[in-house]
Amino acid sequence: MSETPTLEVRNLQTHFFTREGVLKAVDDVSFTVRAGEIMGLVGESGSGKTVTGFSVLGLVDPPGRIVGGSILFKGEDLAHAGEERLRALRGSRIAMIFQDPMMTLNPVLRVDTQMTEAILAHEQVSERAARARAAAALAMVGIASPEERLLAYPHQFSGGMRQRVAIAIAMLHRPDLIIADEPTTALDVTIQGQILYEVQKLCRETGTALVWVTHDLTVVAGLADTVSVMYAGKIVEQGRVDDVLDRPLHPYTNGLLGSVPSRNRRGQKLRQIPGMTPSLLRLPQGCAFRSRCPRADQACTEMPALAELAPGHLARCVHPHLETAGA
Amino acid sequence: MLVFIIRRLLQSLLALAVMSLLVFVGVYLIGDPVAILASPDATEVDREQIARALGLDRPLWEQYAVFVGEALRGNFGKSFVFGQPAMGLIFERMGATVELALVATVVSILVGLPLGIYAGLRPDGIAGRSIMAGSILGFSLPTFWVGLMLIMIFAVQLGLLPASGRGQVGSFLGLHSSLFTLNGIVHLILPATTLALVRAATTIRLARAGVREVLHMDYVKFARAKGLPERRVIGVHVLKNIMIPIVTVTGLEIGSVIAFAVVTETIYAWPGMGKLLIDSIVNLDRPVVVAYLIVVLFILVMLNLIVDILYSVLDPRVRLGEQKG
Repeated sequence: MSETPTLEVRNLQTHFFTREGVLKAVDDVSFTVRAGEIMGLVGESGSGKTVTGFSVLGLVDPPGRIVGGSILFKGEDLAHAGEERLRALRGSRIAMIFQDPMMTLNPVLRVDTQMTEAILAHEQVSERAARARAAAALAMVGIASPEERLLAYPHQFSGGMRQRVAIAIAMLHRPDLIIADEPTTALDVTIQGQILYEVQKLCRETGTALVWVTHDLTVVAGLADTVSVMYAGKIVEQGRVDDVLDRPLHPYTNGLLGSVPSRNRRGQKLRQIPGMTPSLLRLPQGCAFRSRCPRADQACTEMPALAELAPGHLARCVHPHLETAGA
Repeated sequence: MLVFIIRRLLQSLLALAVMSLLVFVGVYLIGDPVAILASPDATEVDREQIARALGLDRPLWEQYAVFVGEALRGNFGKSFVFGQPAMGLIFERMGATVELALVATVVSILVGLPLGIYAGLRPDGIAGRSIMAGSILGFSLPTFWVGLMLIMIFAVQLGLLPASGRGQVGSFLGLHSSLFTLNGIVHLILPATTLALVRAATTIRLARAGVREVLHMDYVKFARAKGLPERRVIGVHVLKNIMIPIVTVTGLEIGSVIAFAVVTETIYAWPGMGKLLIDSIVNLDRPVVVAYLIVVLFILVMLNLIVDILYSVLDPRVRLGEQKG
């Protein structure tokens, strides 16, 4: 385990400087992903998980900016890298898959254009060689008669097919790291299963590290090795996937798990987390979850630190569920 | 595609028929051309002679029937005033107008598109804001005033450019245009600039709005995530998407510029067809007015067709065959 991790994010802070005030979308986030490892980055909408992903690629739109921390990609700090260096890494060493496959492919460009340009942006190869590689990539993600499909436009593909194309594009350069931003949320369950399987297989085969951003805990359960749970811009729980899902320490993770319908609890009332995600502009003092937390008390008005409460299992909570953790 | 083009052309024939009827009746209602053509001291006999020579003594429906019959054989009648074929008169002057309109359009795109894209990329910068302020001026300043000011500055004060007329016309590959001589180009600069100003302002606004919208699309971010150089992201991914409205509007505007460049042509004494139309309306020279509008309609129909075809080239989601209209 002495090798450099593929991605090591340390105390990342990405803030948005809006007219209403500074929005701390990502506030002190740290995690590590090693080669061939899959990390689930879980959180509700607005928890900062997507911005975290974009921060790694240096694609945060203004008025957002990385204001602190470091993003070590194989030891190289991307938070302070120049635009040209980032561009060279994007697509070739670090790839991204987006949430909505209907929107990620340019509607007015043919699939072959969008694939070969991704190859030619990083490698000096002939147009013909690029095409051949594009076709091979399409075949790899299970698209039939790839040569023919290369000539099609995105609107001639179904949603699942488009996401496969996007994944094929992401895999073109056999990147070291893929950031997948809820890539299966917009798809049918059957397609979702197929794509999860493909991605998992590809990562294991190529040793690609994967950050899977999602709000779906069941996906994480079947896919990831480790999981980081985000709430209001901060990591609230982190650890091996079995530890976190079986013995959640943070009441928020616990609440998330409780709101997933399960066969084991048939007939019982589905638990839900009361209230809504707070606005990042009006966070309560201390723990951001305390207004919705059944365990909150006076002590929670002070922000707890992310602490290792069980071996390799971290949580940011004053009153963690230690009883279930069996520690 | 072919079906689409044929259907489109048939529709335009219908439009042509309706329009010619309207113009025919309209000009008839305005006044009697004979009163203008005959000299003030002409006798009643002279007037009847003129009317008979021009076919104006017959009832209106009969005149229209004769016109349609002749038009179907490609004869659009002779000008009451010049005694020459109306179409010939128009084509003689059309070259100058088309040349002016095309140059103005090209200039407006060459100027408007980059400025608009820049303003879209940097909407809050000083340059971006200035471009937008400038485009508002381009919209709101009346053409005749801009023309006069340009003449004042560049022709009168600085003496750099000629103020009126079309310069030397050169010919190249059988085409006659002032673009082929230096003198001709110098004469084109001021009128083309005047005419281009409003179009450039339109293009700037369309390009800026398009860029602002497209820039936030996922596919632009995805293009960046692929590691494409910024010039390819903007020059291909963004540009191709914003071209759709720009091509539409520009295509349609070329038509109206050709048809109604009257003001600019008048200011710069440009020997185009706009002036001919005004004169013909004043003289109630019906064959020329009708022929002129037929030409204009034809140009507009053609431009529409070209725009639709370009549209399907630019946006693969558009299928011409299925389109109604």
